[in-house]
Amino acid sequence: MTNILEVKELKKNYGDFQAVKGVSFDIKEGEIFSLLGPNGAGKTTTISMLSTLYEPTSGDATVAGHSVKKNPMGVRNAIGVVPQDLALYEDLTAKENLIFWGQMYNLSGKSLASRVDEVLEQIGLTDKAKNKVKTFSGGMKRRVNIGVGLLHKPQLLFMDEPTVGIDPQSRRAILDTVKDLNKQGMTVLYTTHYMEEAEELSDRVGIIDHGELIAIGTQKELTKQVGETETLILHVGENEDPSALVSTLKGLPNVLDANVVNNQISVVTPSAKDVLASVVTKANERGIKIHSIDIREPNLEAVFLHLTGRALRD
Amino acid sequence: MLKLLLIGLKDLKIAFRDRAAIIFMLLTPFLLTIGMGLVTGRFSSNDNSGALNIPIVIVNLDNDSIGDALVEVFSSEELADLLETTTSQDAEAARLLVDEDEITAAIIIPAGFTQNIFSANASQSEEYQIEFYANPSRPTSAGIVKTILDGFMARVDEMRVGGITSVTQLIISGRISPEQANAVAKEMGTRFENNSTDFNETLITLKTSTNQTETNEVDMLAFIAPGMALMFLMYTVSYGGRSILAEKSGGTLTRLLVTPTNSMQILGGKVFGIFLTGAAQMFILVGATSLLFQLQWGNALGVILLVFAAVFGATGWGLLITAFARTPNQVGSVGSAVMLIFGILGGSFFQVQNLPAIAQMFSKITPNAWAMDGFTALAYGGNIASLTTPLLALLTMGIVLFLVSAFLFGRKNLVQK
Ligand SMILES: Nc1ncnc2c1ncn2[C@@H]1O[C@H](COP(=O)(O)OP(=O)(O)OP(=O)(O)O)[C@@H](O)[C@H]1O
Ligand SMILES: [Mg+2]
Repeated sequence: MTNILEVKELKKNYGDFQAVKGVSFDIKEGEIFSLLGPNGAGKTTTISMLSTLYEPTSGDATVAGHSVKKNPMGVRNAIGVVPQDLALYEDLTAKENLIFWGQMYNLSGKSLASRVDEVLEQIGLTDKAKNKVKTFSGGMKRRVNIGVGLLHKPQLLFMDEPTVGIDPQSRRAILDTVKDLNKQGMTVLYTTHYMEEAEELSDRVGIIDHGELIAIGTQKELTKQVGETETLILHVGENEDPSALVSTLKGLPNVLDANVVNNQISVVTPSAKDVLASVVTKANERGIKIHSIDIREPNLEAVFLHLTGRALRD
Repeated sequence: MLKLLLIGLKDLKIAFRDRAAIIFMLLTPFLLTIGMGLVTGRFSSNDNSGALNIPIVIVNLDNDSIGDALVEVFSSEELADLLETTTSQDAEAARLLVDEDEITAAIIIPAGFTQNIFSANASQSEEYQIEFYANPSRPTSAGIVKTILDGFMARVDEMRVGGITSVTQLIISGRISPEQANAVAKEMGTRFENNSTDFNETLITLKTSTNQTETNEVDMLAFIAPGMALMFLMYTVSYGGRSILAEKSGGTLTRLLVTPTNSMQILGGKVFGIFLTGAAQMFILVGATSLLFQLQWGNALGVILLVFAAVFGATGWGLLITAFARTPNQVGSVGSAVMLIFGILGGSFFQVQNLPAIAQMFSKITPNAWAMDGFTALAYGGNIASLTTPLLALLTMGIVLFLVSAFLFGRKNLVQK
């Protein structure tokens, strides 16, 4: 398969501050590629350069063969952009918004009208098409925001944290839409700081932190980096002080690591079922009540923790 | 090019959907026009004239029937509010008064004027023409005087060819007194009999193509309506400027910039949107006042050109305010202040010529004052030629402000790279 996007040593400085410190990656046609990283990692800055909004400080990228530096118009024709922050005209209806943005993508006449209807169907707003966007819920606005990016059937769609701040139901709808689009052949660059979204959607994931791409690959390839470990999560009550317990747990055989974040104790082990009994016993000895226990297979969260020593979300 | 238009139309649509904007763009100026019209009695009596007291001097060297009739008309009761007429026999002194900006105009009727008109071999030469010596720094009031003079001349001309009938009309309409009419009619009758072949020939050189001077009275609405419309045009242009910054902070500008649309077209479209909204506002106000109050705005093409020029100049101001402001709200508050100041300086409340000299000077930077001059000239029957100065001034203003704003926008990095 050919690469629709090739990023080479892309850098962006804001004054003295290096927001993106030279990232390189490719996206193959037909893939969903996720950039996973915490707040301020440089996801939006990267997308802004790839979508020709900001000129890179150095490095370059090509989209469908067009350089973002040398042929920005070529790039703009090939891409659709769903910005992190809503960018819609609130006083226009959903349909009027789609028509206007379609016109900006050089659509007109019948093809515009039919595309607008198709997209309304796709984002599930056909019956609300004639309502002003300002009367919409956050989730509905997000869907219009996505719809605008789809109108001209772009070869590559950038989606910058499209599910931020909405209810679980709308999030579900959006994730399903992304999967549908991909099934229909659209290539997607998806950014998020939700590990679960990256896991569910992506063919490949790039983990970005402090402006650097610290890992890249399929989920399997990435989790292998942490080894074949599992994580045991103990949920404890609010008033407990588990720090003493954590140090005890670290000393147990077959426990590789133990941490406490808020009311969760995480225990990293090659085999969860082998250590479960001894962990629970130690907790009882310390008088700490365990509300529930989860066992997690190795995941991207663990990869992030492994690579940076920090949790993805703090 | 097409996308520029589409962006402008989108902005027009948004503006006319915004209830607050409608209130300020259309409703407020309209209601204020009615309110001020009521105060000045426009809707309650036939006396539509406000007290303007335009100072003029008539030098009547003719001292014959037409010269006397002219003095009579200009000193008549019904024009008393409008004109402050003094008579004199010294043409040089009268011209000097104009030159020194003491009076608006001098009307000099040469000796033998009446005789010449009614003689069989009337002469068109300079010495038999009425001289209208006007003060160029008071174009509006000079225009008013000129219009009355034109009206009078048109009557005389009519009467010269129409004989007794017109004289009767003149008496009925109170333009000349019965005694004068007597003399005029007698001479005119003779002239009419002697020389019936050339009555299409115009002997009175002052007669202009103006033909809407059925009434010489000043409709106060002809000042109030454009004054209010122009003042609230300044609201519209700052509203438009605000929308540029709102698109920036609302993310739609960023989104536009990643569509295959040239950034010059995007900015051009925003500017066009301001222009379009302002023009729509002005035309709606012009249309509404002429339909509802029978207000004569004058030469239609002139009104159209003047509206476009005024909106162009005002758009320049809207852009300048936007270029200096940091947030949409700043544009809003600075815009309101500018709207009021320009309204006062530009003659929306008081005639510019009644303002202190310094204010009159500053009024030249407002689109309001120039456009007011133009609208007044049109209301008094002016044609497109009489708009030359206001049109040129407004266009120049617009171009200069566009360039300055473009420079400031560039430095401000509206389009961050
Ligand atoms: N215009 C700007 N000027 C200066 N610094 C900026 C600018 N935009 C972003 N930054 C900084 O660059 C870094 C990367 O920001 P960016 O928005 O790309 O992160 P992100 O990964 O998209 O974060 P989030 O998940 O919060 O959206 C941050 O530290 C941010 O403060
Ligand atoms: Mg971001």
